[in-house]
Order: sequence, then C-alpha cells, then structure tokens
Amino acid sequence: MIVAERKNVPELIDIIKEHKNILVLGCGTCVTVCLAGGEREVSIISSALRIASKVRGLDLKVEELTIERQCDNIFIEQAADAINRNDAVLSLGCGAGVQAIAERYANKPVYAGLNTKFLGILEEHGIWTEKCAACGACVLHEYGGICPVTRCAKHLLNGPCGGSREDRCEVRPDRACAWQLIYQRLKNIGQLERLKKIELPKDWNASLSGGPRVIIREDHRI
Amino acid sequence: MNLKEFEPKIVAFCCHYCAYAAADLAGSMRLQYPANIRIIRTPCTGRLEIEYFLKALENGADGVIVAGCEEGSCHFKEGNLAARRRVNYTGELLAESGLEKERVRMVNVSAANARRLVDAINEMVENVRRLGPNPLKEKTPMKQEICP
Ligand code: SF4
Ligand code: SF4
Repeated sequence: MIVAERKNVPELIDIIKEHKNILVLGCGTCVTVCLAGGEREVSIISSALRIASKVRGLDLKVEELTIERQCDNIFIEQAADAINRNDAVLSLGCGAGVQAIAERYANKPVYAGLNTKFLGILEEHGIWTEKCAACGACVLHEYGGICPVTRCAKHLLNGPCGGSREDRCEVRPDRACAWQLIYQRLKNIGQLERLKKIELPKDWNASLSGGPRVIIREDHRI
Repeated sequence: MNLKEFEPKIVAFCCHYCAYAAADLAGSMRLQYPANIRIIRTPCTGRLEIEYFLKALENGADGVIVAGCEEGSCHFKEGNLAARRRVNYTGELLAESGLEKERVRMVNVSAANARRLVDAINEMVENVRRLGPNPLKEKTPMKQEICP
C-alpha cells in the first residue's frame, strides 16, 4: 500500500491560512490503513487546525469529510457538494488523490496535507517499511523476493557493496543489509546459483526516470 | 479575564476499575477534591481516543486529565499503556497547534488510592489555573484576552 505521514500543524496552517472555509478531505483506502488520512485522522487534524487557527486569531472554518477513495471518480463525485461549498480543499489522500481532486476542480485550490512516503507494508503496530520503489520492471524473481532497488541503500543489483557489518547496512546501521537478506533467502530456497549471474544494468526508462508513466489497456477501454 | 477569578473546568476521564472507584472512595473518606472536575467514567482508559481529548479542549475544557490503573494492573492488560501513548501524542499535537501540552495529563491510580487521585486532581487544577483559561473559549483572539 501507499504509506504517508501527516504534515505538522504549523506547516498546514501556513498552507491554508489565506482561506476562511476549508474542507479536510480524507481517503478511506491506503492512507486509512497507514493511519495518516482516514476518517479518524481527518477528525484529529481538523481539531488541531481549529485549535491552531483560534490560537493564532485566524477565522478558519473546517469541514470534515472522508470518501472511500480519492483517486476514483465514482467516489470523488460524493464529495462534490462539500468541495463546492468550501474555499479550498486540504486533502489527506496520497499525492495521487490530491491531484485527482485538483484535476477535477479547475478553480478550487487543493492542497496536500500529507507527505506521501513510499510503497510499503505494516511491519508491526505503528511501524511501516518501504518495500517497492515502483521501478516499472520488477526483478524480484532474481533476488529471492527481496528488492535490491528499494532495500539496498545503494540500489545495487550486483551486491553486496562490501561495507555491511554483520547483517547491518553501512549507510544506515539501523537497517538490515538487503544483500544479507537476499543471500539468506536464496540459500533457504536453494537458489544461491542465481547470484553467480552478473545482472546487466537495469533499463531505468521503465521507472520514473523515463518520465511519468501511463498504462493503456486497450482490452478494457470503452 | 481576571486570573484570580478563573476557575478551570477540567474533564477527567476515569477508568471504571480504578480511578472512578478511587473517586468514590475519596467521597467515603471525606477527602475533598475541587469542583473544577467533571468526571466521565470509561470502561478502560484504553478506550479513549485522541479525538476525545481534542474535542474536550475544542469545546472549552481548560484541561483534560486521564486517570487509569497503575501500570501493570490494567483490567484489560494494556489499556492504560495505550492511553498514555495517546495522551503524549495529544500533548505534542497541542504544542504544534499552539496550546500548552500540560493541558492534557495522564495519571495512574489504584482503586484503593483515593489520596493519590485527589492530589493529582489538585495539582492539575493548580497547573491549569497557572496556564490560564483555554484561549479557544473566547471568540476574541487570544492576544486581547490576556491583556485585561
Ligand atoms: S524490482 Fe522494482 S517493481 Fe520490483 S519490488 Fe523492486 S522497485 Fe518494486
Ligand atoms: S550494506 Fe548492504 S544494503 Fe547497505 S548499501 Fe551495502 S549492500 Fe546495500
């Protein structure tokens, strides 16, 4: 899922301070699961904004709404009235959600209330970790299902770098060395042979480096 | 507002298994606690959410005190530990928003320790009295409010 984190209150106030009526718009999907932009976070952030605006002597009115998915027309429609009656939208969706709303409301300022961080998973209560950088051409099969693009700090496809200590990455000792994990995993599944192959340079055109990506499925077009 | 006249209103979320019983015991023992406290009984402090504390303050409470069982003796094992983390988070959020984080506080008391509850309440009332009224209560901006 997409993992995001809230911006701090002073930054949010700075973003919205010129407006009087703000809709704080949550999203019921990824950002609900990562506890950043669901119904509860909408309520918490809205309270904080009301408190901050009163303390600062601003006259801010905050309306709260959460829709199922902010990146989907069917659900965005349900927010139409609330969006129309407010001066601006502070979206607690991921970056895609914010832009989906903005593109559909040409004359409405739409702001991001979250910092969208990464594609990852819930590791344990309150801890999320990055697993995929959406490189566009997945090579997980070569590495026992552990992504070197994302989880090796140097993105090495022919690792390790030689700097790891025990099982720790030299760049961030609080992180596991991805190559240690890859080695261990390939050993466990009897595929250590794979490491003998030299991986050729990756074609980064499939990644964001090749520009924003589009997927067109003719079989689904109407 | 004249600070001398200021009587803070404090919402006290009290766990049914400890602090609420301690408040009851305080009554039987004729231990007085100030009338500034509005007690709300909860099945466990772990049931309390950050939203509740914020809403209380948004709606004019001058402070919020959360009273749960002693650490290690929560009736539901770890509810009071979760509550403490939420109270801490609320404090940080208040500080970010421009309110004093001391306006929300967690205490741990056993059902038998009425004295400790009363002390904690007294302390909270005095702390909040020192902080002054919740600036959100008045429509006028805070700047005017603190200059009588
Ligand atoms: S190889 Fe690319 S697509 Fe596959 S997990 Fe890593 S970043 Fe994601
Ligand atoms: S120590 Fe391991 S994870 Fe860290 S940069 Fe080197 S190979 Fe990559």
